[in-house]
Amino acid sequence: MTGVRRATGVPILRLGDVLVTGLLEELDDRSATAFLDELTERITAEGAKGVLIDISRLTIIDSFVARTLSELTTTARLLGTRVIVAGMRPPVAITLVELGLRLDGVETALTAERGMAALGWFRTASSQEVGHGDHAG
Amino acid sequence: MGFSHVDDIQDASGEGRERRCDRGTRGFDVSAIESAGRARVARALRDHEAEIAENWINLQVEQDVLVAGIGEGELRGEADQLVASLRGALADEELPTARLASEHAELRRTLAELSLRRARGGATPAAISLAVLALKDVVLEILRRSTRDATELFEAAVVLNRVLDAGGILAFDQYVATREEIISRQSRQLMELSTPVVRLWRHVLAVPLIGTLDTSRTQVVMESLLQSIKDDEAQVAIIDITGVAAVDTSVAHHLMQTVAAVRLMGADCVISGIRPPIAQTIAQLGVDLSAILTRATLADALAAALRITGDAPLPAGVGGGS
Repeated sequence: MTGVRRATGVPILRLGDVLVTGLLEELDDRSATAFLDELTERITAEGAKGVLIDISRLTIIDSFVARTLSELTTTARLLGTRVIVAGMRPPVAITLVELGLRLDGVETALTAERGMAALGWFRTASSQEVGHGDHAG
Repeated sequence: MGFSHVDDIQDASGEGRERRCDRGTRGFDVSAIESAGRARVARALRDHEAEIAENWINLQVEQDVLVAGIGEGELRGEADQLVASLRGALADEELPTARLASEHAELRRTLAELSLRRARGGATPAAISLAVLALKDVVLEILRRSTRDATELFEAAVVLNRVLDAGGILAFDQYVATREEIISRQSRQLMELSTPVVRLWRHVLAVPLIGTLDTSRTQVVMESLLQSIKDDEAQVAIIDITGVAAVDTSVAHHLMQTVAAVRLMGADCVISGIRPPIAQTIAQLGVDLSAILTRATLADALAAALRITGDAPLPAGVGGGS
């Protein structure tokens, strides 16, 4: 598993044709750029059809990271890959909107699970239904 | 320093003029009338403490400025406290008479508490002020018994007027401040009450908005909606604006912000309940809501939401299961 951890310290895992990654803490500008570079490289190298970025641990997203996410989406689209940003916290969403950063073009999902489903990864339909049914209400 | 004659203020009746020269350097004008009057009033308050308190209560009863619910003992305590702190304030030579009520800590607190207590009991602000002002008559009556000298009485009356007029106003102010606090608390509660997030279907939430949308309201709606989306793993949020009185550009802007935040969370948003006049207004304002899914009624919005979640609408009476 070479390349799971690199300079940015952000793990990027491959599940089939989907790359899964998550931002654990706020990135400074340099590591955000490094992350962008690495991810783009991995997309081309592994021919990924989708990228899932889980940001449920982030309590803050500054304008630079927001722009990086937008750029990543655009870049990936040019490479024929879908990017889904999953798990944004409510306060983060509110802050972004108030700053006028709407992450145009970026696909979002409520949870990593939903994001994977959108990228074509399903648990068997029945188990998903049961799982949701149990938690609902 | 020149402050050392706190003691002789008690027997200062005749010598006010001299002291005035002393004070000339102090930056505020404690006139001879004032210092003599203050001494006289302070002495009356000390010598006839119980009687003044008693008479004050009686006068309030007479003037009918009391409200039910304040007990005899409480009233008595209140009166004693006011008389005592008034005397304490008058002995404080640092402060000019007119500012005693607002700047002497103890007197201020006593008046504030009095006002607060009576405001809670339902007294009108006028009644509270009158009650404080009634103390003037009582003290003056006592003074009138002790002296027949018109000048002395006048001096005392001036002091009493200055200090208790300010006191009455302070009590009034306090009442208003208390009311303001109640009002803001209620509006906060109202805001919380009026923005419920309801679960309409599996993965479908709705917020019926009622009243007007302003920035703070939008903030509350957004926060509770996003939190519910996260908690319920909702896929679609319906914002129903049937109860919103009017839509202007700022309201439209707030709606768009909410929709954008919902999308960032990874859910979809439908706005429903746009009545014809509101639709017209939006069109006339030139607000572009085209990026937002809108429906005329909540029912239509629910149908649209179910199409998004992939749950087929079921005939009435059948539960939400698949």
